[in-house]
Amino acid sequence: MSSPTLVSPPTAAITTAVPLTKKILTADHPTWCPGCGDFAVLASFYRVLEKLQYPHEKIVTFAGIGCSSRFPYFVNTHGGHYIHGRALPFAAGISLGNDDLHVFVFGGDGDGFSIGGNHLVHTARKNVNLTYVIMDNSVYGLTKKQTSPTSPIGFKTKTDPTGAIDQPINPMRTLLNTGATFVARSHATQVNHMVEMMTRAAKHPGFSVVEILSECVEFYAGAFDSSIPRKGGTWSLIQEKKNDGTPEDADRHDVTDEVAAFKLAGQAWPGSFGVFYENNVRKTKNVLEAELVTKARERTKNATDLQLLQATFAKMR
Amino acid sequence: MVSPNTPETPGGAAAPSAAPRSIHDVVIRLAGNSQDGIQSVGGFLARLAGRSDQDVMTYMTIPSTISGGPSIFQVRMGTGDILSSGDRADMLVAFYQHSYDAHIGSLRPGGVLLYDSDHVTPVEGDNRFTQVAVPITSGTVEAVGGAGKDKGKNIYILGLIARVFDLDVQKLAALIKERFGGKNEDIVRNAMLAFDAGYAWPQNNLHDLFYRFEAIDLATRASGRPQVTMDGNQALAYGLLAAGVRHGAGYPITPWSSIMETLRTELPKYGGLFVQCEDEIAAISTAIGFSYTGHLAITGSAGPGLSLKMEALGWATMAEMPLIVVNVQRGGPSTGMPTNVEQSDLLQAIYGSHGDTPRVVLSPKNVEDCFYIAMEACRIARTYSTPVIILSDMALASRIEAFDEPDFPKLMVDPKADLSDRGADFKPYPLDAITRHAPPGSKIGSGKYPTVTGLEHDELGHPTGSSKLHTQMTAKRREKIKKLGTSLPSPELNGDSSGEVLLVTWGSTWGPGLEALKRINTAGVKGGHLHLRHIHPLPDGLEGIFNRYHKIVVAEINDEGLYGFGQLAVMLRARYANPAIVSVTKTDGLTFKISEIVAGVARHIESARLDASLGVAQHSALAKN
Repeated sequence: MSSPTLVSPPTAAITTAVPLTKKILTADHPTWCPGCGDFAVLASFYRVLEKLQYPHEKIVTFAGIGCSSRFPYFVNTHGGHYIHGRALPFAAGISLGNDDLHVFVFGGDGDGFSIGGNHLVHTARKNVNLTYVIMDNSVYGLTKKQTSPTSPIGFKTKTDPTGAIDQPINPMRTLLNTGATFVARSHATQVNHMVEMMTRAAKHPGFSVVEILSECVEFYAGAFDSSIPRKGGTWSLIQEKKNDGTPEDADRHDVTDEVAAFKLAGQAWPGSFGVFYENNVRKTKNVLEAELVTKARERTKNATDLQLLQATFAKMR
Repeated sequence: MVSPNTPETPGGAAAPSAAPRSIHDVVIRLAGNSQDGIQSVGGFLARLAGRSDQDVMTYMTIPSTISGGPSIFQVRMGTGDILSSGDRADMLVAFYQHSYDAHIGSLRPGGVLLYDSDHVTPVEGDNRFTQVAVPITSGTVEAVGGAGKDKGKNIYILGLIARVFDLDVQKLAALIKERFGGKNEDIVRNAMLAFDAGYAWPQNNLHDLFYRFEAIDLATRASGRPQVTMDGNQALAYGLLAAGVRHGAGYPITPWSSIMETLRTELPKYGGLFVQCEDEIAAISTAIGFSYTGHLAITGSAGPGLSLKMEALGWATMAEMPLIVVNVQRGGPSTGMPTNVEQSDLLQAIYGSHGDTPRVVLSPKNVEDCFYIAMEACRIARTYSTPVIILSDMALASRIEAFDEPDFPKLMVDPKADLSDRGADFKPYPLDAITRHAPPGSKIGSGKYPTVTGLEHDELGHPTGSSKLHTQMTAKRREKIKKLGTSLPSPELNGDSSGEVLLVTWGSTWGPGLEALKRINTAGVKGGHLHLRHIHPLPDGLEGIFNRYHKIVVAEINDEGLYGFGQLAVMLRARYANPAIVSVTKTDGLTFKISEIVAGVARHIESARLDASLGVAQHSALAKN
């Protein structure tokens, strides 16, 4: 929350008239392996920021632990690199601490669905205003090939040398279940699609999440070939309802229809890509907390901090 | 006029046969079941004492079950400094047979037993005490009538106590009305009926029990501000508010929960917010997130929750983020004794987590200090850009004390986050200065935006594998905490400045320690009492103080461990390598009795005089001559 009483007035010494470009936004050179899908996600993110032109100082890029979580070092914005799985509650603190900020959180499937699974559920259900990009490679790459929560049954890793035996998470079903108000799926080989999904997620008021299949060429090469046309796969885009009254519109996907979204999420691998669900009605936690403040300030007739404390202590005499 | 039932002059029902006897202080233990409202009797007495410029301290045990079960509330009130809740009671109010059976042993010889003659049959002819049979249940039913049955017998007893100790009836009536005023009028009326009935209970049945507290020396109340009455968790929460904390996050756990409840209720009034998180890790993470946006934030818990927060705390140390972590200690390990007191999280607070994590650990000495230590913790966290742990405990959390209202106009801290522009040379982690973060929202002159991170990093916050930088940054994080240590005031030292024994305490053991010193000095033993509020880093100069005594006895509520020393004693022995440092510890889940500390000291210094003093039974102040 950025209650005006809690922030000092900005100084105007530095003017940021120059538009944000990829050049300005580029920081450290990525530490990823050559050919890693994450490079394309990073390139797309630069384009998203170029498109949105948020004030430079108001963009926050944040992450947990994993290959993909190195992301903030490669983006020249305010940002940070937190502990494994806990980036979301930290980012909730950022978003609720200053409502003016544009908060982006990056992470992998281990961060989001395994160690941080509980935080995903609760940050989503509270509808904290931020954007979460899960770069899913279906393997633990930074620790060199262990089974991840999205590794398919039979996938051989160092922790499952004879092949994974545990049922993997269905990311879309999981995300829909959390109560996230914007749920989309994309692919690291589809730059324009990633840019579109991330842009819509950024503009969404509330908790928006985009899962991006991003191949680990080192430890799980070919994991997502079945959705790459040039490798013989099928790229199946979700056709969103246009409400244009045409007969074909009846077959298109209504993004506000939760049941239809669950149906899409249940499709056989590799499934569809695009926006599964969007709810612009539910209030964000940011708004709900601000309403509590407004009501409390009305009740206390905008008393100063000093008056409030003195009145409270007077009751305890 | 108190109510239609009250005679025009207090005591008019049956005038006391003699003038009241003057007493310095009294310990009253109320024993009943948790639904009897005995806590509220204690609360009324504590607040009355506060309004009468008397000192007061309460001691409460509540069962950890949800409802029902035996419960006690002990209140010590009197003139001048009240340092502990009292080893034994001068007056026991027993509501049930099990209350009598369990607590008669806590009554001092010569003390007064008030028992509900409808429920209790005391041992016949027990002439160690003055026994007074009071039909509490039937008296209340008769006075209040209606369907409430014996509801209100706590207020009946309050009336009786007001008579015996000649308390200010007008003030008590006002308190009762304030307490129940929000409810319907019948409740206030019934409460006053019960109060009046207890007050008017025939005086001649009270065996001339009639006392009055010594007059207060008003010169000792120099602040000119009225007294307030609250528990330690409230004082801590309001200290944070005064210190400009407007953001926090937590997860419920006894005995921390009431701090987060207070903050959740209060913060929106101040434009802030408190988030209830899904777990302890999320709570500390959200709090650090708040701090990152420039708003120093608070999280808290009890021992098990602090363990869960440790990894994140390691990050806050590495990233040098200011943060307040409150740990209200209880009996451990694990779920342990969740409604009992223990000081067994000290080493966890100082050394828990992974890697080298120099930390600040403070501990309040009493309820009033909970307020001031919260303010100090915030000042340190901001000045040194570091997490600060406040170690409170169950005893402080739940007991009520009266203290002078803080001088708010002088103390209030501006809560604004600093989002001003940072210069072109801005670095979040300069090697030659203490870290000052630029919160998101602030422009950076160089156009190079900083990263906060748990990886070892260079001055701009970018990751590094450099051995040299890891050494330098480790030293940077260590040296700022050492610098804090050199700036700390000398700790409070009472009694003789040299002698046979120096008693050392920390946290809520302050009061019992100071009282124990008085007993030790009275027995003719030269000794002092040193109390530590700043436990890590330790203030400078302790070595010299320790060298002036033959034995340094550290009294703390934790186990002696594998090597025979409590947790602070372990720390002090490691720091000063002084073999004269020894321990008095205990793990019964209760606050120290004065006699336990004195006996512990006697064991270490082999003093015949002290041993002899232990044999003297402490007679009740209420005893007949």
